[in-house]
Amino acid sequence: MHNFLDFEKPLSKLEAKIEDLRHLSDDGDINIADEVAKLQAKSDKILKQLYSKLTPWQKVQVARHPDRPHFSDYMEGLVEDFTPLAGDRAFAEDRAIIGGLGRFRGRTVMLIGHEKGADTNTRMQHNFGMARPEGYRKAIRLMKMADHFGLPVLTLVDTPGAYPGVGAEERGQAEAIACSIETCLGLKVPLVSAVIGEGGSGGAIALAAANKVLMLENAIYSVISPEGCASILWRSGDQAQDAAEAMKLTAQDLLELGVADVVVPEPVGAAHRFPVPAIAALGDAVEEALGELMELDPAALRRQRHEKFLTMGEAEATS
Amino acid sequence: MNWLSNFVRPKISAMVGKKEVPDNMWRKCPECGQMIFHRELEENLYVCPHCDHHLRLHMGQRLDLLFDGEGYQKIELPESVSDPLKFRDRKKYTDRLKDARSASGDNDAIIVSHGKIGGVPVVAAILNFDFMGGSMGLAVGEAILSAARLAVLQEAPLIMITASGGARMQEGILSLMQMPRSILAVNKVKEAGLPYITILTDPTSGGVSASFAMRGDIAMAEPGAVICFAGARVIEETIHEKLPEGFQRAEYLLDHGMVDMVVHRRDMRDTLARVLNLLCNPGPPAHVVAIPPSTISAKNGAAKTRNGGNKKNAAPHRRSTDKKDAGKD
Ligand SMILES: [Zn+2]
Repeated sequence: MHNFLDFEKPLSKLEAKIEDLRHLSDDGDINIADEVAKLQAKSDKILKQLYSKLTPWQKVQVARHPDRPHFSDYMEGLVEDFTPLAGDRAFAEDRAIIGGLGRFRGRTVMLIGHEKGADTNTRMQHNFGMARPEGYRKAIRLMKMADHFGLPVLTLVDTPGAYPGVGAEERGQAEAIACSIETCLGLKVPLVSAVIGEGGSGGAIALAAANKVLMLENAIYSVISPEGCASILWRSGDQAQDAAEAMKLTAQDLLELGVADVVVPEPVGAAHRFPVPAIAALGDAVEEALGELMELDPAALRRQRHEKFLTMGEAEATS
Repeated sequence: MNWLSNFVRPKISAMVGKKEVPDNMWRKCPECGQMIFHRELEENLYVCPHCDHHLRLHMGQRLDLLFDGEGYQKIELPESVSDPLKFRDRKKYTDRLKDARSASGDNDAIIVSHGKIGGVPVVAAILNFDFMGGSMGLAVGEAILSAARLAVLQEAPLIMITASGGARMQEGILSLMQMPRSILAVNKVKEAGLPYITILTDPTSGGVSASFAMRGDIAMAEPGAVICFAGARVIEETIHEKLPEGFQRAEYLLDHGMVDMVVHRRDMRDTLARVLNLLCNPGPPAHVVAIPPSTISAKNGAAKTRNGGNKKNAAPHRRSTDKKDAGKD
C-alpha cells in the first residue's frame, strides 16, 4: 500500500495484517471486524505517537516522501482554470518549475512552483524539481507579468536545490537566482510562498523572498541538504542525521527563527497519507495570508517584504 | 479512410480529369499528402483529419473562429503612403498592390476588428498572408498603431494574429522602420496595463517575428506553425548543414522557451477566452472576509481558524513573536 519510511516500520506490519483481515471479513465473520477495529485503533495510536515526536532527520524523510503531494496536486486541488505559461523567452522551457495563471478561490493568481514529478517519467521531465537558469528566468518573467497586471503571486517551494550542471553554470545559474530573488523583493503585488516539501537552498529562496512564508508542518527549508552539510562539515555524508539536527531545518525551528511566518498543520500521519486535507489546509492558510495582504497598497507590500528580510538577524527582543 | 475516398474520389477524378479536380471539392494535405473532402476539412476547421496538420486559414475564417457568436466589426484604417519608393521589380509595386487589393477587398495585409471573445471586449488585428505574404509596410505599421490606440481607448486587450513573411521589400528601409513603430504601438497597450496576446500562425517570420509578434505578454502558437527569424532555406544555404527535424516549428519554439503554449485550433477560442477572463475578470478582493483596520497593523493580526475539515489540527502556528495577537495558538 504505502511506501513506508524506516521509522514507520511498526506500522507497516500492522497495516499489512489489517489488510489481510479485511479480505477475510468478506466471509461474514463478525469477530474479524472487531479484530480489524482493534488493530486499526492500535495502528492509529502508533501513527500518532510516531508523528508527535518526529526527529529532524525523520522530517527530512517525510518532506521527501515520494507520495507527498507535489505542485501539480496542489494546483489541481486548489486552482481552477490553471493555464500554464512556458518559457524564459531566451533559451528553453524548464519544466522543473511550473507557472501559470489560475483562479484560487475566486481570484486570479499567478501560481509558480517547483514540480518534482510523481513517477520515473515525470521525474525526468521535471528534472526532480531541480531548475536550471531558464526555470528561474521563467519565474521572473511570470512574476513581472503578475506585477504588471496586479495579480497576487503564490509560489510553492519543493526542490532539492538548483540543478548543478555545466550548462546551468554557463548560462548563469547564480545570476538567474539572484535576479529571481530581486524580482520577488520588488513586486508591488502580494507574494505568498509555501514550502510544501523540500526547501533546498538557493533554488528555494529564488521563489520565496515573500511577504508571507508558509511552511507545511513536515516541510524542511535549509541552506544545504543535510547530506551536503555533513559531507562538508563532518567530512562524511553518513552524519546527515546529526547535520539535520544541528541545522534547524524544520518548520517549527524556522518559525522560531522568523524565517517562516506560519506553520500549516498536516493531518496526523502527514500529507503523503492524507493529501486531500493537507492540500485543503494549505489552501486555507494561503487564503488567509492573501486576504490580509490584499488590504495593503503596493508600497506597503514592498515595505513589509523589505522589513521582513531586513530585520532578520537583528538581535530579536521577542520571546 | 471512409467510403468516400475509396469509392467516390477515383470516380470524380475519372470524370473531371486530374487538372480539374476543383479546389473546393478536394484538397491535398500538404503534410501527409492525403486527399481530404472539402466539407470534411471545413468541419474540422481546416485541420487534416489524417495527420492533424493545421492548414492555413484565410483571415475571415480565423476571425469567425475566434470571436463569440455576435461576430466582430472591422474598423476603418487610416490612409498611408502607398508606394513611397516608386518601386518596381519585374512588376510595378503599385500594380502588385492593385492586384492584391482587388483579390482581397482590403487595402493592405491587415485588418483590425473589435468584438467579444469569451464575453470580454477585445481588439484584434490580423495579418493576411494572402495579401503579399502578409508583409509589413507602412500601411500595416499604421494599422497596428490604430489597433493599439483603439485598445487603449476601449480599455480592451489587444489580440494580434500573425501570418507573415516579414517586412515588405517593396517599401525598402521604410518597412524596416515599422519594426520599432509596431513595438511602440504594442507598448502603448502594455503601458495602459492591458493584456497584449499574440497568436502566432504559420508562417510568422522575419521583421514581423522580430518585432511586435514576439512581444506578447502571452504568446500562443498553432501546432506545426513555422515561427522564425531567418528562413530554413537561408540557414541551410549558409551553414551547409541539414536542419534538425521540427526546426522552427511551434513545438520547437515551446521547448526553447519562446512561446507560452501550442494550442490546437479547436481549442484556441476556449483557451483565449479563459486567459482573457483570468486577466480581465480577476475577481473581487472582497471574496475574503475583510479584516478590521485596527488589526491590520499588527502582523498576522486576525486569527481566523479554518481547518479544512481536519478538526484534529489546531489553527496554523504562527511565529512566536505574534503569539500575543494570534491568541488561540
Ligand atoms: Zn495530413
